[in-house]
Amino acid sequence: MMQLQCPWCGRRPENEFHCGGTTAIVRPPIDCSDEVWGNYLFFRKNPKGLHAERWRHTFGCGQWFNIVRDTVTHEVGAVYGITEAQPRAVDP
Amino acid sequence: MRNRYSAGNLLGAALGGHKDWAPAWRDAEPKPRYDVIVIGGGGHGLATAYYLAKNHGITNVAVIEAGWIGGGNTGRNTTVVRSNYLYAESARLYDFSVQRYESLSKDLNFNVMFSQRGIITLAHSRHDLDAQERWTNAMLCNGIDAEMLTARQVQECEPRLDISSRARYPILGGFTQRRAGSARHDAVAWGYARAASALGVDIVQRCSVQDFIKQDGRVIGVKTNRGEIRADRVAMAVAGHSSVLANLAGFALPVTSYALQAMVSEPVKPVLKAVTLSPALGAYWSQSDKGEVVIGGALDHFPSYAQRGSFAVNQQVIAATVEAFPSLGRLRMLRHWAGIVDVVQDSSPIIGATPIPGLYINCGWGTGGFKAIPVGGWTLAHVLATGQNHELAEPFQLSRFHTGRLIDEAAASGIAH
Repeated sequence: MMQLQCPWCGRRPENEFHCGGTTAIVRPPIDCSDEVWGNYLFFRKNPKGLHAERWRHTFGCGQWFNIVRDTVTHEVGAVYGITEAQPRAVDP
Repeated sequence: MRNRYSAGNLLGAALGGHKDWAPAWRDAEPKPRYDVIVIGGGGHGLATAYYLAKNHGITNVAVIEAGWIGGGNTGRNTTVVRSNYLYAESARLYDFSVQRYESLSKDLNFNVMFSQRGIITLAHSRHDLDAQERWTNAMLCNGIDAEMLTARQVQECEPRLDISSRARYPILGGFTQRRAGSARHDAVAWGYARAASALGVDIVQRCSVQDFIKQDGRVIGVKTNRGEIRADRVAMAVAGHSSVLANLAGFALPVTSYALQAMVSEPVKPVLKAVTLSPALGAYWSQSDKGEVVIGGALDHFPSYAQRGSFAVNQQVIAATVEAFPSLGRLRMLRHWAGIVDVVQDSSPIIGATPIPGLYINCGWGTGGFKAIPVGGWTLAHVLATGQNHELAEPFQLSRFHTGRLIDEAAASGIAH
């Protein structure tokens, strides 16, 4: 089973976690166009390769955090705080 | 050389030791120019090419496939065909597909082994029963066969299910669509390929798209590992890899790719009669004509392009199987695989034009693309040939993610995700 590094609890099996999808999506102002709002709600980069995403250690400490994961190999290159910026050089 | 499959031809060929059968389809070299290029040699791509030729007389068509035909999700699913959807738009779309499946073997002159053994969706709670009454009524209003079942009727349909009160999730009843069933996945891909090839379509394997060729913002062809190929119109039917190609073409999709896994047991004598699905347990079951028990479950929980399933979901699906069918508990598993599925927010497809002129798309089927192969091909061929959306595909445009007119079939996909 895939293991993830929870910043608070250490390495734990994947079924203790919940994946919250792409991280750091910025909400547009409420008076934006339908085009911008639709893009915000539904359209994702869905990369084949490195993906910055948020996870929650649901069946553990309950905390959210960010990781950069390769969507082909599932290797995790970086683990960082939910409010932190994505580390620049990531070599998974 | 013999082309047509019939009892007479089979007997005739038997006399000659079966040495004079023609190859089922031509493995073509790409030509520099076509009327239409279809990217993706799965069921949807091959069906698109076939209906372009058959319904619209457009035969100067290439299907280009990075691997081998039917080797992606068409060969990685659990072959369930059904139209038990909630909304009228989906009911029309999927039932058109079921109807095409009913005549597909004859139409393609290729036995796709469509077996209408029925699908049972189990109810494990009062809430399930209420929701299924509504679901069944919606289906009946849409003109699709549906029937509520008591627990006793469920057991008559599928005797090996544990319907005792000792079960962790006792079965209180369920509902069935008797016209649903399963078909042979390879036969669907091969049948469409053979029929399309016979009408003049080029099927080009081991040909992967590296980039799109554009002129004044319009797609006029593709760059591949086997050279440049130009066309008036280009269509893509590449399921889980839709975002990758869309990114190359320069537009975005509301798609996230996930691994969906399934598995089969060693072959055994007939033990399962129908297709059974338990949303509560997160698994579904049927038995192939070879005798393998076919088991599917929910999506893996995180975005993935790896064609292998995660152990977490695998474990849960196996546990559900032992729970629902205690007598299958000692079966050994034979194969396990995953396909990369293109999940959109409302679990409904996208069939039509893209924001890039000259480029058309068929994607977003998520976990349920196999059942929709005939209608996906039919409607994509229609828009490619006429420039107008087929009426069945009209509600399923990319623009709905901006207008908000979603067709939210998340519940009808049957499995929680």
